[in-house]
Amino acid sequence: MLAPSHFTAVLLFATFASVVFGITQRSTARAMIRYGLYCWTLFVVSVIAASWLMWLIRR
Amino acid sequence: MASKAQTPAQTRSQGFAYSALILGWLIPGAGHLLTRHWIRALLLFLAITLMFSLGIAMQAKVYLPNTGDPLDMLGFIGDLGTGLLYCIARVFSLGQSTVQLVTADYGTKFVVVAGLLNFIAAVDAHNLRIGRKV
Repeated sequence: MLAPSHFTAVLLFATFASVVFGITQRSTARAMIRYGLYCWTLFVVSVIAASWLMWLIRR
Repeated sequence: MASKAQTPAQTRSQGFAYSALILGWLIPGAGHLLTRHWIRALLLFLAITLMFSLGIAMQAKVYLPNTGDPLDMLGFIGDLGTGLLYCIARVFSLGQSTVQLVTADYGTKFVVVAGLLNFIAAVDAHNLRIGRKV
């Protein structure tokens, strides 16, 4: 059974979702890569920000 | 000065217009293969199939139709987006009927989102097929 950590799961999720978003939402190869990287960054940064927010709320 | 009129993109489809949509839904990336976008097809196939497979490997719950729970029905619609992968999971009884571990919960989301992403990819293949997108 595969049991990744929460952060590893986030990184995998962000990678796969960003590949699909990049390919489907843009037309040129360059724009696809840029948009994919943008989505990936947003996914990961949002999770880290939300994690810190929850940590602050809990304390 | 007269400006050029906006004309809709020329239709490139030959034969059945929804073939890319249906094929793309059944097999991730196959719709793009039909429209001769090889690299996009390969990347979509890898991304969606790996996401689905990792979800199953995490002991994901595979939703069934007609459980009576509205959330389960929505999960079923998401799972159904993976097309033949869902059928394979059902035929070989892959995944779990209930979520018992935290990682299984992650896996369940992986499988549902893989299906939803495949819906987006299939619609994109359809747009390429009919010439709405280049």
